[in-house]
Amino acid sequence: MTHTAPVQPPDRPIEMSGRERILDDARFAAMARGESIACETHAALAGEDTVLEIDRFNLHYGTVRALYDISMNIPRGRITALIGPSGCGKSTLLRSVNRLNDLIDSVRITGDMRLSGDSIYAPDVDVIELRKRMGMVFQKSNPFPMSIYENVVYPLRVDGVRNRGTLDEVCERSLRGAALWEEVRDRLQESALSLSGGQQQRLCIARAIAAEPEVLLMDEPCSALDPIATSKIEELMLGLRGEYTVLIVTHNMQQASRASDFCAFMYLGRLVEYGPTPDMFTNPHLRETEDYITGRFG
Amino acid sequence: MSGLRNMPAPGAVDARRPHAVAAPPPEKRGRRRRRTSGPGYTLYAQGEPMVWLTGGALVLCMAMIAGMVLLIVGQGLRTFWPVPVTRVTTLEGDRLMGEVTRQDRFAPGPEVLARLSPDDAARARAAMETADDGLVERRLLRTGNFELTGTHFHWVSGFAVTEEQAPPWAIVFERREWGRFYGVPVAFTVDGAEVARDPRHADGGAGHAEPSPVWAEFTARMPEIRRLIRERYRLEQVEIGRVNRRLESARLALRKVELRHERGRATDDDLARARVLQADRERAAQADYEPIAARIAGLNAEIRRPALLLETADGREKVLPLADIVRAYPANRLSLPEKLGVYLSRWREFLLSDPREANTEGGVFPAIFGTVVMTLIMTVVVVPFGVLAALYLREYAKAGAVVSAIRIAVNNLAGVPSIVFGVFGLGFFCYIVGWRIDTLFYEASLPRPTYGKGGILWAAMTLALLTLPVVIVATEEALAAVPRSMREGSYACGASKWQTIARIVLPRAMPGIMTGMILAMARGAGEVAPLMLVGAVKLAPDLPVDFQNLAGALGPIPTGPLHADRSFMHLGFHIYDVGFQSPNSEAAKPMVFTTTLLLITLIAALNLTAIWIRSRLRRRFSAGAF
Ligand SMILES: Nc1ncnc2c1ncn2[C@@H]1O[C@H](COP(=O)(O)OP(=O)(O)OP(=O)(O)O)[C@@H](O)[C@H]1O
Ligand SMILES: [Mg+2]
Repeated sequence: MTHTAPVQPPDRPIEMSGRERILDDARFAAMARGESIACETHAALAGEDTVLEIDRFNLHYGTVRALYDISMNIPRGRITALIGPSGCGKSTLLRSVNRLNDLIDSVRITGDMRLSGDSIYAPDVDVIELRKRMGMVFQKSNPFPMSIYENVVYPLRVDGVRNRGTLDEVCERSLRGAALWEEVRDRLQESALSLSGGQQQRLCIARAIAAEPEVLLMDEPCSALDPIATSKIEELMLGLRGEYTVLIVTHNMQQASRASDFCAFMYLGRLVEYGPTPDMFTNPHLRETEDYITGRFG
Repeated sequence: MSGLRNMPAPGAVDARRPHAVAAPPPEKRGRRRRRTSGPGYTLYAQGEPMVWLTGGALVLCMAMIAGMVLLIVGQGLRTFWPVPVTRVTTLEGDRLMGEVTRQDRFAPGPEVLARLSPDDAARARAAMETADDGLVERRLLRTGNFELTGTHFHWVSGFAVTEEQAPPWAIVFERREWGRFYGVPVAFTVDGAEVARDPRHADGGAGHAEPSPVWAEFTARMPEIRRLIRERYRLEQVEIGRVNRRLESARLALRKVELRHERGRATDDDLARARVLQADRERAAQADYEPIAARIAGLNAEIRRPALLLETADGREKVLPLADIVRAYPANRLSLPEKLGVYLSRWREFLLSDPREANTEGGVFPAIFGTVVMTLIMTVVVVPFGVLAALYLREYAKAGAVVSAIRIAVNNLAGVPSIVFGVFGLGFFCYIVGWRIDTLFYEASLPRPTYGKGGILWAAMTLALLTLPVVIVATEEALAAVPRSMREGSYACGASKWQTIARIVLPRAMPGIMTGMILAMARGAGEVAPLMLVGAVKLAPDLPVDFQNLAGALGPIPTGPLHADRSFMHLGFHIYDVGFQSPNSEAAKPMVFTTTLLLITLIAALNLTAIWIRSRLRRRFSAGAF
């Protein structure tokens, strides 16, 4: 599957393909009752090679249930976008993938995820080794209080890499990958906190790809960036396609349509519809998806 | 019905508002208009009473602090400035010479006036009556010459002075013993034979203003005497100290063998051999000692040869060997640069030399050194401990009742009176831990304790305990202030908990930890009460580190390892000792101010250094540019 040209921007009504949307009030009724619902998964996903398998995953913050029976397969080497209204559990799902939610005492989970077949939530999993197979970019940039160089090679440092040559090489490659190399090549030893907000976010991306993770998790990475930096990061994601699997949360429909291969629509902690991005944007199966994408609710 | 209920009865309106001339129309009365002008309103609106209250409280605090600091700085800086010498003749015919140290106004009692002749008494009464406050002026004269007069100070009432002059050749002598001496040079002698003599004048040699041959002789010879005294000091302290250490180590070596022998772990032969060895070493040390002692005796004889013959204000003569003189200057002949010279030389002595005369004169170098070393040891102990404890509390412990209880206990620890820490330090560190150390490692020197008594290490540990809460609380706050996003970022990179703490959390919290350290240092350096129990002494024979006066150096240079068992002098304790335990309290008073000034300066300097380091860290870690 190759990436298609940007599809309809969301601020204009999407042209109907003529097919009737499934209008399923029963889903809403079930959600209102607090039940989980079956996801409308497009058939096109069946042919993909799965890298991350989410298997009937539930998550509670204390007594509050944040995720309801999420089951989805993230295809290897593709960009998958998670969309949905604020508070629907996108970040929670993303943070569950690398078990960052472990840090919150009140979190309880059921179900499992598998990264290339290895269980993520099995009791004997080495969480640290697991996290080293993933990179994560946060909504708010979080550079560490150290030099730019040390920030980028941090994943290697904690892995015990000492070889200066390797570190230098990784630093340059990652910074180039994050479209930051030209701007910081002369000031690698300066504090990362002296960078601008957008540069800091790209630095975090460089850090996330430094250890060549199998999966790159991005939680609204562009929400604080200007259009130029945003398009750089989108280019970067497209450049990573094939090599890396990217799971990105975004509120920007244009971004989702431009820069993702697959798109998952979440609502109230449920996965509602999941399919190839062009289909999701031009021909969603569900009325709710269409309404959300066209900006009629959410 | 409802309409009727809302309509007020006409009579009721008038009864409630009898003076309402222009009553608002009835339909508007429901919404009472709020006053938006008038004096009271604006006052509260702009919050002025609170501005005055809060501002006033601040001003009061600042005034008290500034007043205290100004008093200390003013008095402390003034102490060493040379003041002129005045000579007064009193109604009773006494002649007094000295420096005016204080002035005030008082009401002489009837017995004072009764002692005067009727004329003089009348004049004193007249002086009192013409004064606004009905008091007469008096001055405290530091007259010195204690061995002749039995006192250091004299009060002189203004009305009792018949004659007052500033003798140009009055010399102030600061001596190694007996305090100051005020006199006029008469002759310079070597071995009792006169070398130079000053021309005498009608007023008893006190008034001559022409060059003094005696003074010239004195200034020419004094440097040589100073050099010889330094040499003697070096021989006594360093050379003899070395011999003593050899004797002591020989004695300890024998004692060790004796102890082993008592336990049957050394044979009689071993013991005999050790005895012989010890005797040999003792003889060798003795042999080394004798030439040194001879040299000291020679120096002593040499030093005591030149002397000054002085005349006091009351006409008595006194022979003052140059060896007894620390500093001498003709107070009334000094130009401003010369005064400055005396001032700086006194500061130099104060900062760099040992105390004299029961601490009331001389320097406080041992106390400065003791304070700094003790504070540094304390910091080195308390910061790691406090940070580790705070790390556990904040990062590892599961929040709950136990952690809260510990936190409260730590905070309460800060409220325990410091003397209690002193008692604990004495009981635990000195008597329990110290005794253990002594029996394990210093058995040979028992019953003389090594660590089983107060010492700089135990004092530092006691103060570390005292300041632990400060460090823990500050560190906990600093750790809590590290944003969650940073920890998450680190974990997401595959860092373990400890890696996250060591590489991200601690560096980020470092400025806050430094703040805790600064507070702990300020608290510790200023603490006195517990130190009295665990090692601070009035006069320590040795510094915690061995020093030497090396040729060419500005001051003494540290030349040995830290002796953590030694007792030490401390500026805070020095203030207490000099100010309140000294026999000559009037003379000691300026020292109290100067020492206080020094202590405050020292603490400020320690703090400023730490603040400087902290601000550099801050700049490195949180220059958030957006
Ligand atoms: N630490 C937490 N403790 C308790 N509840 C939480 C916590 N984090 C999130 N939640 C709740 O879980 C739900 C999902 O939150 P989540 O952050 O996943 O939403 P989101 O889809 O990422 O929203 P947004 O687009 O605004 O970032 C929300 O209702 C939120 O209130
Ligand atoms: Mg979110």
